[in-house]
Amino acid sequence: MIVADQKPIEDIKQMLRGKRKVLAVGCGTCVAVCFAGGKREVGLLCSALRMATDLAGEPVEIDETVVQRECEQEYIEHLGERLDEYDAILSLGCGVGVQSLADSFPNTRVLPALNTKFMGAPSGQGVWEERCQGCGNCLLEYTGGICPISRCPKQLMNGPCGGTDQGGRCEVDPEIPCAWYNIWARMDNLNIQDELMEIHPPKDWSTSRDGGMRRIVRKDLQKPELDEGDS
Amino acid sequence: MTQQLATENKTTESELKAGSNLERILAAGQFAVTGEIGPPKNFDVEVIHRKVSLLKGYVDAANITDNQTGIVRMSSIGAGILIINQGLEPVIQLTCRDRNRLAMQSDILGAAAHGIKNVLCLSGDHQSFGNHPGAKNVHDLDSMQLMRMLQEMRDKNQFQCGEEIAGGGPPLFIGAAANPFADPVELRPLRLKKKAIAGANFVQTQIIYDMDRFKQYMKKSVDLGVTETVSVLAGVGPLKSAGMARYMRDNVPGMTVPDEIIERMEDAVQGISSEDKKARMAASRAEGIRICIEQIEQLKEVEGVAGIHIMAIEWEEAIKPIVTSAGLYPRPVCDS
Repeated sequence: MIVADQKPIEDIKQMLRGKRKVLAVGCGTCVAVCFAGGKREVGLLCSALRMATDLAGEPVEIDETVVQRECEQEYIEHLGERLDEYDAILSLGCGVGVQSLADSFPNTRVLPALNTKFMGAPSGQGVWEERCQGCGNCLLEYTGGICPISRCPKQLMNGPCGGTDQGGRCEVDPEIPCAWYNIWARMDNLNIQDELMEIHPPKDWSTSRDGGMRRIVRKDLQKPELDEGDS
Repeated sequence: MTQQLATENKTTESELKAGSNLERILAAGQFAVTGEIGPPKNFDVEVIHRKVSLLKGYVDAANITDNQTGIVRMSSIGAGILIINQGLEPVIQLTCRDRNRLAMQSDILGAAAHGIKNVLCLSGDHQSFGNHPGAKNVHDLDSMQLMRMLQEMRDKNQFQCGEEIAGGGPPLFIGAAANPFADPVELRPLRLKKKAIAGANFVQTQIIYDMDRFKQYMKKSVDLGVTETVSVLAGVGPLKSAGMARYMRDNVPGMTVPDEIIERMEDAVQGISSEDKKARMAASRAEGIRICIEQIEQLKEVEGVAGIHIMAIEWEEAIKPIVTSAGLYPRPVCDS
């Protein structure tokens, strides 16, 4: 899932300065599951913002709503019917959701209430960890199912570096397990440690962010174009 | 892609890879000595000149660090050119942190044009340890891929993309770093072998204080055949004080400093008044140098060790007494 967390309330308050009336839009998918932008979080944030802007003598009227999936137009288009009365949308979706709102409503300012962090998974109660950077060329086949691109700060493809601390912690942050220590342990457990001697060649990063904004076109899913005269 | 140790990667007197002084000394079977120069955090040539004057004649080549610990300094290649002009051979450190494959290859061509031959390939300390923690790191290649790229530039006259280097590839003596002590320890000799396969001609290790663990590491590496194709220079570093020993034990990942060494450093200042800081420092440093010399004597006897790499961090004055007392002065001359 996409994992996000809320921006500091001071930053959000600053964004709302000069706004009279705002529509807060939460999302019922990833950010609801990671407790950053679902119905409950929208309610809590809006209450806090009403109080804070009131105290500052610049009260902002805030309405609340939650859509099922902020990143898809069919789930957000109905919002357009009521946008005339608002100065801005405050999105509690991920960065994709914010941009989908902006794409759909060219005449309305959209403000982000969350920082989108990563693609990841919960690793314990109240803890989420990054698992994928969407490099576009998955190498998990070679690394025992553990991704060094997202989990090693140096993105080593032939690790580990010399900075693994005792017990397999990363020198960059002792809270982070060394990805390559775990790759080694897992491959050892699966009795495929010989594969670690393979030298993986330089990665082709053109499928990653480096190649520009990525796009997938699935002809099989597109509506067939009708020939003239068919209609 | 070759995944086996290749004997043709071994440097020999008749077939030198680059013909650097360091390579010729190792090819001749002489016990090599390298040192280290950290460039200044400015463009002061005098700092380089002073450090060269302390190392010249006592080491076969000097590593020039590349923004070590992620702190901006004079570039390793720039400082390396100054050092060549002073008559000392550099080992240019090249990290994967700050450059992509375009910059690495162009820097190598520029370095080669200035007569630089020894290159040490490193991942690089993470930028979070340095003075620009908000910097973006590159890591387009890792150190294995960097070594393989340089090997192919040199031996196949080709850029990483496969295009030919018209006029021939640069003569390079390719180095790697190794930490014998970091976890998982069982993997470290295999990792050394992997670096040898990737193209390393020589390896410099992390500073060794735990001689027993290093000997186990070398035994396994020799058994794996690694030292048949690669020259291992064992890292040593004189301790300045017991405090420094404890700091390295507690804060440097994978570094073990045995209690015995820490006790010797503590004992060195016993009986000297805590008021007399100068005398305590002198006694402490003398003991640090003594320990270092004893370690070199032991390392000379370890199978597979082809030389030493002395890291006297911001204490270049220690090089001369260490090399002299360890019986490694004068340095051999191996004519090209």
